[in-house]
Amino acid sequence: MPESSLGFISPEVKDTCSSSVECRSPPLIQFSQSSVPLHRNYILSTFCTEHNVQECLSHINQEVSSLGLPPVWTESSGSSEMNVMAVLNCMYDLIQLHHRGLRTLENMEVEQLKSSSNVDHLQRTSTQLKEQLELSKRGNTGLLERERQLHLKVKSLQNCLKNEKDEVQKLQNIIASRASQYNHEMKRKEREFTKLKERLNQLLVDKKEKKQAIDVLNNIGRADGKRSLWKTQKTEAKHEGEMYKTLLSDYDTRQREMLLENAELKKVLQQIKKEMVSILSLRKPIRKDDKHPDAGIQADSEDEEQVFDSSKESVGLFSVHAREKLTNSIRLQWRRLKSHVERLDSQASLAQMGENKTDDAISRETHEEEMDRLKLEIQPCKDFIQTQQQLLQQQLSSPCDEETTSLLSNCYMLQERERFREEWKTLEKQRNLFERERRNCTEAAIRLSHERKAFEDDRAVWLKHQFLNLSPFADLRKPQMSKSKSCFLISETESSASSAPEKLIKCRSDTTSPTPRCVPLTSASTADMHRTVCLVPEKRSTKPNGKTDHVEESRLFCNGNVPEQHEQWNNREDHSSQTLLMESTCSI
Amino acid sequence: MNFSEVFKQSNQLCKVSPDGKYLATCVQYRLVVRDVSTLQILQLYTCLDQISHMDWSSDSLFILCAMYKRGLVQVWSLEQPDWHCKIDEGSIGLVSSRWSPDGRHILNTTEFHLRVTVWSLCTKAVSYIKYPKACQKGIDFSRDGCYMALAERRDCKDYVSVFVCDDWHLLRHFETETQDLAGLEWSPNGCVLAVWDSCLEYKVLLYSLDGRLLSAYSAYEWSLGVKSVTWSPNSQFLAIGSYDEKVRILNHITWKKITQFEHPSSINNTKAVVYKEVEKRTAVGSDDLSLHITIGTALYNTRSKYEICPSPVQIPVVKPDPDRANPKIGVSSLAFSSDSRYLATKNDNMASVVWVWDMQKMSLVAVLEQTSAVRCFQWDPCRPRLALCTGNTTLYLWSPAGCVSVQVPTEGGFQVQSLNWHRSGDSLMLLGKEQLCLCYMDTDQEDNIREFTATK
Repeated sequence: MPESSLGFISPEVKDTCSSSVECRSPPLIQFSQSSVPLHRNYILSTFCTEHNVQECLSHINQEVSSLGLPPVWTESSGSSEMNVMAVLNCMYDLIQLHHRGLRTLENMEVEQLKSSSNVDHLQRTSTQLKEQLELSKRGNTGLLERERQLHLKVKSLQNCLKNEKDEVQKLQNIIASRASQYNHEMKRKEREFTKLKERLNQLLVDKKEKKQAIDVLNNIGRADGKRSLWKTQKTEAKHEGEMYKTLLSDYDTRQREMLLENAELKKVLQQIKKEMVSILSLRKPIRKDDKHPDAGIQADSEDEEQVFDSSKESVGLFSVHAREKLTNSIRLQWRRLKSHVERLDSQASLAQMGENKTDDAISRETHEEEMDRLKLEIQPCKDFIQTQQQLLQQQLSSPCDEETTSLLSNCYMLQERERFREEWKTLEKQRNLFERERRNCTEAAIRLSHERKAFEDDRAVWLKHQFLNLSPFADLRKPQMSKSKSCFLISETESSASSAPEKLIKCRSDTTSPTPRCVPLTSASTADMHRTVCLVPEKRSTKPNGKTDHVEESRLFCNGNVPEQHEQWNNREDHSSQTLLMESTCSI
Repeated sequence: MNFSEVFKQSNQLCKVSPDGKYLATCVQYRLVVRDVSTLQILQLYTCLDQISHMDWSSDSLFILCAMYKRGLVQVWSLEQPDWHCKIDEGSIGLVSSRWSPDGRHILNTTEFHLRVTVWSLCTKAVSYIKYPKACQKGIDFSRDGCYMALAERRDCKDYVSVFVCDDWHLLRHFETETQDLAGLEWSPNGCVLAVWDSCLEYKVLLYSLDGRLLSAYSAYEWSLGVKSVTWSPNSQFLAIGSYDEKVRILNHITWKKITQFEHPSSINNTKAVVYKEVEKRTAVGSDDLSLHITIGTALYNTRSKYEICPSPVQIPVVKPDPDRANPKIGVSSLAFSSDSRYLATKNDNMASVVWVWDMQKMSLVAVLEQTSAVRCFQWDPCRPRLALCTGNTTLYLWSPAGCVSVQVPTEGGFQVQSLNWHRSGDSLMLLGKEQLCLCYMDTDQEDNIREFTATK
């Protein structure tokens, strides 16, 4: 019996020990100091009798120490008296150990269950995966088979193609040979045919009885009333001459037509050139603004050359040199215009991109922020609602648990329920509000993006117009674009500017005047200025001043953080206002 | 639009004189000359046999009547009814007879194209041109009547001879780079001669008056080639219709192709107007709003009118028999309007359709889909107005303003087989099988058409 119990206990203890050792460091050190002598009377099991107390004690002591617990009894204390406290402590420790062992066992069992279920699951998944693998393998083989078949098909088709090609070649050869044979036959037949014709002709001519004849009552005169002429060398020459005459006249008319066409084209070219020059000269001040002063000067000199050219264009229209010059100048102008347009384009795209970024960032950021904020607000509300709901449900579902209390607090409950309901309602309302707000927010975001797009479109149109307005066709386009007043004004000035070079110069000189904003304040002085300017339309001297003025003005207008086009635009506005001003001063 | 009464004719031999004053018709072996304006008979001549060909001289003074079976040509004078002339080609035979441009010579082509006999009415002189080629169009006179181009065949090679019509002096004689020359045609200004090969090979050659080769054009090889060739009246375009159902337009400066007009069976072109003829069997006296009321023909129950079809239109196509020679496919008829602005074409496997192209925009303008095959179409010599007939009792007119169909109001079902404009463009000669009838255009025709289109 003691063996059995010992046998029963010891492995457990060992187990727990080992497990505890395994799991974590044993917290038994606290017991090691306490050495309490064991009391012999306490051991009443068959393991211990009156006689073998000492042995039992030593045995237990041994056992306990082997378990790493403080000894129950020490020889040094001398007596047979056991330290009860020590024993009890030991017992307690043992029980603790036992409990712990049981707990770990339980844990282990649970763990084992878990792991076994895990294993099951894994096995299941593995079988599934195996099946899948099988399936995919099958699919793969099927595909491979198909590929093989297709390859075979391709091969057979290629063979077919080859055969067909061969066939075609063969047939072509046959056709060619037949054609040559046929041609040969034809020729032979034709020769025979002509021979027969000759023979027939001979026979018919020789035949006596039915000859060709003409029977005319009296000869009639020629349609032109002249008599027919003998065939002589002279007539032959005359015919040749006439033939060449008709040919010559034909060529002549054609040449004349081409000349006309050429003249037309040249006119068009001249016009194009003029327009280009005007456009380029218009944009020159702007160009000077941006770090190409030498180019501007170059253009100036060319400008003069062109003016010189156009003055004698009527003379030089037909000379080769003039033509070359014209084409070259047009090419040059065109290149410049192209580069200008490209530059404008790139600028526009750059500006667009920049705007895109800023615009986008702002809108998206605000939008997202708002969204986040709303979400954050919504979350606690939802939680709150949920808890309330739960509480309500609990209260509603479990009144039987506390029948007495329910009876007592029924009225209170009802009241509270009312209150809850109201609160619920307000919360609902709040939620709705939030929802609406969120919707509004998204709508606003959408609207914002729309607006941005519209704005960009507008700007593209404006850019286009601005570019087009640079050309003298602007007055043609005028009715189309009356989108904004400023644009309209620009077009007006452009058209007026491009219509006559003198006026153009005037306009340019006008730009030297001080800011149009202060016109009402200093109208008299500006008018004087204008008068002086009009009297002296020297463009070169006035130009640099004008340039600096523009820049300042533009800065004044747009606080310096607007892209270059805006400057330009403002310049145009200046032009317009200036021209208007001009008129007023003239009227004065 | 008014119609004259119906006259008899045979072999569709009816011609208005070049000056537009007289109308000559052949009835069996009689030749009747009428005044165009009054339709009164002015002269009546009797020939020796049934007339197989009749033609006016360029000065409208003489008429030749050829009787090919007898090898005979009789010439009549309008001014001197007693004057007569008879040319007998004898046993050598006669297949073709025509006036020279001066109206004083007659060119007879003998049987088997043995030779061309030139008879002078002034001197009774006769001259021969040997080796004429039997082909689609072997002889052509320039528009001003100065030159004649003749296709010849010698030693299995094609040649072209250019004669001065004044005294039949051989001006130029040159070999052409053709396998089997099929036809030749002078440009209207008389400076360029277009020569094309037989349908076995797509080849168009352009020769100057002095025999220089200006250009050669070939669109493709191997399949059947050129079917028809036409110059525009201003000599700027040469339209070539071919068996591949396309018309190619060459320009007069580089002689390269400007564009090509295709004749697809389904029309997706939204810019072209598709007029479809629909026949309606209406009760007599129904108040139809179409033009027929104004003409006053309540005699026939079948009436046709045009409807405008919306864009994707499927055109009936007849597949040609590949085993037969001269397959019914390709563009066989081409005609420029007098101002060279429009080109009308007909594709043989879509025989009931006439296509009208704009030569300025180089695009399709209109498609007229008839209920039956188009027999004949011709442009008004003064206006851009196209008249066509399909062998039924209706006359069809197209102009840029619109399209009308007009019933010919004659008893006994006058079936219009062919038509000819008067040179003034005011009247139109309609030829039936055995009859003829004149159709007088209203001067406010355009307004009518406009009204008609407005009602659509």
